[in-house]
Amino acid sequence: MSTHESHISSVGTLLRVFFALMALTALTTGVAYVDLGAGSTAVALAIAIAKASLVVWFFMNVRFNSRLIPVVILGGLFFVAVLFVETFADYASRGWFGYGR
Amino acid sequence: MASDAHASPGLAHHFDSYEQQKESATLGMWLFIVQEILFFGGLFFAYALYRWKYPVAFNHASRHLDVTLGTFNTIVLIGSSLTVAMAVRSAQIAKPRRIVGFLLGTALLGSVFLGVKAYEYHHKWVEHLVPGPDFAFAGPGAENARIFFSLYFAMTGLHALHMVVGIAILLFLLRPAWQGRYTPENHNMIEGFGLYWHFVDIIWIFLFPLLYLAGRHHSL
Repeated sequence: MSTHESHISSVGTLLRVFFALMALTALTTGVAYVDLGAGSTAVALAIAIAKASLVVWFFMNVRFNSRLIPVVILGGLFFVAVLFVETFADYASRGWFGYGR
Repeated sequence: MASDAHASPGLAHHFDSYEQQKESATLGMWLFIVQEILFFGGLFFAYALYRWKYPVAFNHASRHLDVTLGTFNTIVLIGSSLTVAMAVRSAQIAKPRRIVGFLLGTALLGSVFLGVKAYEYHHKWVEHLVPGPDFAFAGPGAENARIFFSLYFAMTGLHALHMVVGIAILLFLLRPAWQGRYTPENHNMIEGFGLYWHFVDIIWIFLFPLLYLAGRHHSL
């Protein structure tokens, strides 16, 4: 993997990723009409995460980058998780002990 | 320093090698993208919170968006990610004319996306679904549906703004690309633009199911 050419995605790889993204788009649109209850949002997010991962790994060439880049990305996602978990914890717990609301 | 510049065209004097220069550019671009994720993250959080509080109104409001146009735009935008990836590949294999071609294809697909978006916005305006004095919603929880549409316009508007900026940046890359300035050793401008464009694509990959598909499975 140290030679220059090995860091170039082949046209075939890029096309396969594109068609995989198309298939996942069809899947998420189709499954949206099926009543999975609360699972509908979970399935939609799982498919979106799968699509985003394909884009990051193949189109954004993170597979050829040093390990520093995934660490930076996961670091950013960690702070998004902090934003969601801590703020939701606030809203969800309002009124528990007679405070808030 | 001039002699060094001649020996390695496109290598800035403060870098030891092209690899180091590329790694710095890639890291810098990713740090920018990470703060963009946090920037959009606030809006995604607002969406999650209000959908959690008002699920019925959000389901009803979501059904007023056009799934066909949303799906079409998703296909167009992912197609534009493919053309950007091909532009980067063209730079890697030293095909300057192809870089220009794929960038123009990207600009075209991006413009189609924005055109469809403008049509959708106009349609929402006609249907009185733009939050403001003329807002009117027939379904349950009109006040909470207003929140959905506020978030819809804020999130897709910010996303569309990113695309306009992206297309503007792209236009500045065409001339140097045509002149062969982006070499296999140094095409960091193309790579950086590609990372930005793919990031904008990823934001849409999440916006599409959350906004357009949220309430489809409910029989109303």
